[in-house]
Amino acid sequence: MSRNLLSIADLTRDEIEELLDVTDSMVEVSGRNIPKVPALRGRTVVSLFYEDSTRTRLSFDAAAKRLSADTMSFAVSSSSVNKGESVRDTIETIEAMGIDAVVVRHRSSGVPAQIAGWTDAAVVNAGDGWHQHPTQALLDAYTIRSHRGSLEGLHIGIVGDVRHSRVARSDIEAFTTLGAHVTVVAPPTLLPPSLAPWQVDVSHDLDAVLDSLDVCYLLRIQQERMTEALIPSLREYTARYGLTSERADRLAPDALIMHPGPMNRGVEIAGEVADRPAAVITEQVANGVAVRMAVLFMLLGPGRHALPPLAASDERGRDDGPPERAPQDLDVPTADPVDPALSGTEA
Amino acid sequence: MAERERRLTRPYGGVFIARSRVMDAEDIHRALRRMAHEILERNHGIDELVLVGLQTGGVALAHALAAALAEIEELTEDDPTVPVGTLDVALYRDDIGIRPVLPEEVTDIPVDLDGHTVVLVDDVLFTGRTIRAALDAMCDYGRPRAVQLAVMIDRGHRELPIRPDYVGKNLPTRRDELVDVTMTGVELGELQKQ
Repeated sequence: MSRNLLSIADLTRDEIEELLDVTDSMVEVSGRNIPKVPALRGRTVVSLFYEDSTRTRLSFDAAAKRLSADTMSFAVSSSSVNKGESVRDTIETIEAMGIDAVVVRHRSSGVPAQIAGWTDAAVVNAGDGWHQHPTQALLDAYTIRSHRGSLEGLHIGIVGDVRHSRVARSDIEAFTTLGAHVTVVAPPTLLPPSLAPWQVDVSHDLDAVLDSLDVCYLLRIQQERMTEALIPSLREYTARYGLTSERADRLAPDALIMHPGPMNRGVEIAGEVADRPAAVITEQVANGVAVRMAVLFMLLGPGRHALPPLAASDERGRDDGPPERAPQDLDVPTADPVDPALSGTEA
Repeated sequence: MAERERRLTRPYGGVFIARSRVMDAEDIHRALRRMAHEILERNHGIDELVLVGLQTGGVALAHALAAALAEIEELTEDDPTVPVGTLDVALYRDDIGIRPVLPEEVTDIPVDLDGHTVVLVDDVLFTGRTIRAALDAMCDYGRPRAVQLAVMIDRGHRELPIRPDYVGKNLPTRRDELVDVTMTGVELGELQKQ
């Protein structure tokens, strides 16, 4: 894995699978009496949230703490951003305190990528504008995988406001990379201008695809991001695209119902449907901590010194290292055994 | 040698070239039976005993050792068997960030370790750092009455004050050699670039 996690598109299928495998171990850690391992002792993770968030911020915080990393939190409302400090100055200030990773959420697309160019710390995108929310996609993929074994060949419907949804963009990329078949279901006004880069089907009729779905993924109607009248009314949206009790009954018995939260009960999902056993929405949240542990571990642990070569100074102490005195060691200047002050008096 | 070591040892993705065969399947079986006897002798039976195989090389050995214990003690189907757990120490290692360390398998400790005697089982004892990590991990699962260590091969080059209680075979090696332990035999050799 590279230095940063900015977008699902940066990951290969093998890298995603590896992250999900590591997540298995993190789920085990989270299930213990003492859910804490010393893996990232001494590392510092800063969360930099320029936009409101409950579950993502707390989830990253819990993930860092379970790996024994130190955490610093940054709330825009009580920071120098209110005095007009730019993002770049903020980053440089925080970096000067010595940090290893920054978790960034911002209302504008591309801010995490820009920050990655300004800092040596690992940057994790925790949601930028309509662009990407990679850890959400990873936890969704993990949740599906834990129920169905694999995403290969599954039919996943992503229903709702795809246009304004970074979750949808990340999910589509993650699910298709892992071999699932994705159908996007939304009114034409809530689709992005072009779906060309993605290998997805498009439908404007939820009832037509419902029967063949293995996973029904509902997106939140994001009223805060809707600047124009894209749907006639919430009632009409619910009537055509909401997962009502009647529609949920028509899903296959082993189909999963998912939602990234926070839910608008009674709009995109009926209140009763969200509480059915098929709805794995709280499981998604629980898996979110484990997936973020895996991401932080991969970025700050092994990912830092990924294959291939290690620096010469890292050689000693490795389990299966080369002979103890590697030739490089000879070039390393060692401290003069004779105290310069003493040799001075001798001269 | 565990798959992990193969993956993480330079040259990465290298091929293991065996130079000499140190033990065959029969030898391993005999060594396991002797170690099982020693475990029983030292602990006066199998009460409160738990075997914990270290991922991934120690797991098969731990199961074989449990089978040997059951055979020697003439346990029947109805008797309680010796519980076998598995432990992945990747998250407890002291070389995280120095070399690529990844959890390979999920840890599975089937019983509460409080008050039990835990026998850690691994294939090769080398620097002792894996065992150091395993001891740390153990503390997070409870407080065993005692922890003992069983290894198939002790190849020397310890970097920490750790010694095994039960050894299949002491095998002097060079640091750059590799030892490959499977249930079918033990081979000494080197990793070569592909």
